[in-house]
Amino acid sequence: MSPDDHAGTVSRMAVRNRLYDLFSRGARDWLRHNEKVRESVRSQLPELIAGSDVLTGSGERRLRVPVRFLEHYRFRLRDPHQEDGAGQGKGEPGDIYRRGQPGGDAEGGGRGGSGGGEYRFELELKVDDIVDWLWEELALPDLQPRSTDALMDEELVSEGWDRRGPRSRLDRRRTVKEAIKRRASQTDPLPFTDDDLRYRQLARRRRPSTNAVVAFVLDVSASMDPARRKLAKAFFFWASQGLRRQYSSLESVFIAHTNEAWEFSEEEFFQITATGGTVASSAFQLVRDIFHDRYDATNFNQYIFYASDGDNFADDRHATERLLLELAGDANFMGFVETPQNHFESSRSETGRLFKSLEARNFPVGSYTVHADTDIWEAIRAFFRRQSEQVA
Amino acid sequence: MAHKHGHDPHAHAVFTNDRLEEYAPRIEGLARDHGLEFYPVDFELVPNTFMMEVAVYGLPVRMPHWSFGVRYIYQYVQHRMGHSRIFEVVFPGNPNRAYLVDDNALAENTLVTAHVLGHADFSRNNQLFDRMQRQVGYHIVEQAAARANRIEEAIESRGRNRVEAVLDAALALEQNIDTNRELHRKPYPEKPPEKAGPREAVEGSFESRYRALPGEAAPEKPVERKRQMPPYPEYDLLWFIALYAPEMEDWERDIFLAVREESFYFYPVFACQIMNEGWASYWHARLLREADFLPNQVYLDAIKTHSDVVRPYAGEEAVSLSINPYHLGFCIWEQIVEELGMDRARQIRAEEDDFGFIRNHLDEDLARKLKLFNYARRPGTGGEERFIVKDRNIHALRENILAPKFNYGGPRIYVRAMNVNGDLTLTHDTATDGRGLDLARARKVLNYIRRVWRRDIRLETVDHAGEPKLLETSADGED
Repeated sequence: MSPDDHAGTVSRMAVRNRLYDLFSRGARDWLRHNEKVRESVRSQLPELIAGSDVLTGSGERRLRVPVRFLEHYRFRLRDPHQEDGAGQGKGEPGDIYRRGQPGGDAEGGGRGGSGGGEYRFELELKVDDIVDWLWEELALPDLQPRSTDALMDEELVSEGWDRRGPRSRLDRRRTVKEAIKRRASQTDPLPFTDDDLRYRQLARRRRPSTNAVVAFVLDVSASMDPARRKLAKAFFFWASQGLRRQYSSLESVFIAHTNEAWEFSEEEFFQITATGGTVASSAFQLVRDIFHDRYDATNFNQYIFYASDGDNFADDRHATERLLLELAGDANFMGFVETPQNHFESSRSETGRLFKSLEARNFPVGSYTVHADTDIWEAIRAFFRRQSEQVA
Repeated sequence: MAHKHGHDPHAHAVFTNDRLEEYAPRIEGLARDHGLEFYPVDFELVPNTFMMEVAVYGLPVRMPHWSFGVRYIYQYVQHRMGHSRIFEVVFPGNPNRAYLVDDNALAENTLVTAHVLGHADFSRNNQLFDRMQRQVGYHIVEQAAARANRIEEAIESRGRNRVEAVLDAALALEQNIDTNRELHRKPYPEKPPEKAGPREAVEGSFESRYRALPGEAAPEKPVERKRQMPPYPEYDLLWFIALYAPEMEDWERDIFLAVREESFYFYPVFACQIMNEGWASYWHARLLREADFLPNQVYLDAIKTHSDVVRPYAGEEAVSLSINPYHLGFCIWEQIVEELGMDRARQIRAEEDDFGFIRNHLDEDLARKLKLFNYARRPGTGGEERFIVKDRNIHALRENILAPKFNYGGPRIYVRAMNVNGDLTLTHDTATDGRGLDLARARKVLNYIRRVWRRDIRLETVDHAGEPKLLETSADGED
């Protein structure tokens, strides 16, 4: 019996390979799922990022955010406190079993317990993308460089055409256009004449400098515990990302202080532990010196952020105030991130009052109280809003 | 007649899937000799990746939706970790369409061929399958592909997000259909049917002469009362929304009806899983035993696969907290054939679904032989899950096996009322289900529905304490 005899009336066995692999519906819908994950990650970025320890990866400019698969919801009965089922095997009444390994959720895309398992995967996000998203989410304005005459770089811009110029700036397209125009009006035209030649002209323009420096000042006295430092660090990170978004070259200075102040590298900065009292002026003195020596206000947009619980020795008030006034005169902006000891003392601290009074006198200064991760976004938002108002 | 291949070094090369073209008709002949009746089967050997998709989508070509992507990755990971192998997927119809994996061994595919014929016999003769097939049609694969195509067109013309919103809602309600009613239902009658036909039209009829009798004046016109909508609790949510949503566009209703039709198609597979898999396993074992044309090695390998498929426990374990439907169904059918005979077995195959099958034919002796037990899940002191073996009570066993199968595996939710302004009230039948809904998920589903219903929706259920709980969508509840 040949295979054709029974085609149609009885079964057919086709051993053939169509090109199934050319398109995969599963992969297509999986990609769509991932796209939705990205969208949802994007809309909850502030919470997501505030909640995870993302700052350590700052060097590589990418973040890995662990996400769960999206669930397509259906009506389901509430999980019962207890449930009956049927099983099979040598179990005798009274025997107790546990599923798989208790609580042993394997990390990194591994299989959870044996009960269906739950998968997680990591989404790799570019810090730059996140910052862009955040700016959209938080509806933040772009920073404005200071536009005083002192802070200008020169740049060359194209500006019109001329019949003379260096060979390298010959605009061929424009030249041919001129030739065509001329030939159209002549009876026996030459293909090209010297008069057709057009050269691009450049003009010197002055534009606001895009150099910037930011000084991060952290109070590392005993009262700044790890939780407060983490808040400060998170704020610093996002503030610097925001600045980086605006300034093509951003220099960072890291200063820690107790009753004296030191400059650190970025890596060391957040590891510092120290004991001692709080003399804020020591830090601002150091900022002033560093700015004076390396980043003077005629060449750099200056930003200063100070994170502290706000305590300062009363004796130090005048020294601090004098230095802050001096810095505020030159800086684009100076921000105080207060991580107070309890929820009720926001900005009633020594340093807090100092910043408030500068703010009241219209210096480009702001202060923000941060108790928890979620406050950071308000602080960042407030900073960038205020900063752009200052310039406007 | 068994071929001996002994130590022939080329033996392996001979056993390729090409041989299936030779074996399949002979296995089929054997099946018909045993009285199996089935529509022809179109077998096709496909790559594993395609097989996974078929299993995940439930159909070879089906509408796109991101939730299938999630299932696909689960399946893919399971497969890559060696936890899951798919041997076949068969779609009942005329012809049936069966997919086999091209890089599975010849012995496995030979077994699967026999298995598929068992399914084909089941789906042709079982009444539930038959009823659904007559309603849905016999070409589900092509129909589903055509629907998928229409949905792709909708994506082109309406945009992906709009189509996705409709599918989010429709697919979430897949289980909320009423399989006791027809697939192709007429809308509710506009007015309550009048007691008798149009009276004036039948002048001279008995009715008119009767009314002429003294004291038999025409009854007063019944007061026009606003009809309750729906007239009775409506469990087919997909149908109700597709027909009565106040502002849905036609293409959106079309998607709802497409999802509903596929859900009707899947229902018998769901409701007869234990019977159907057991029947197919019974027949693959029996047909292979009698297939004397198979080389010894192929037969032995196939029987090894058989015992892997119908074994009660995974791997080396000696206890399992779930029951393998292949194993359970296979054992029940063996007992039925042995004790009641093949004619009776065929009748049961035609008349029952899993509910009747388990309640009538899983008896105490068999349950004891299979060491089935009831367990209770109780959290331990540290909150960890513990499963305590309770007893071997046969009534409890049957209900525990069947519990996940009631109402298509979902909660019983019906449309209680649709207001004049289009607001919708759904009610959860908490008395039947025994407890309330998972409220967080229910809210999400309500939000899915709201996007297509475009009016407020309320859902009545109970909370953890059994107190009435009303969930409501709000206009800004886009979530």
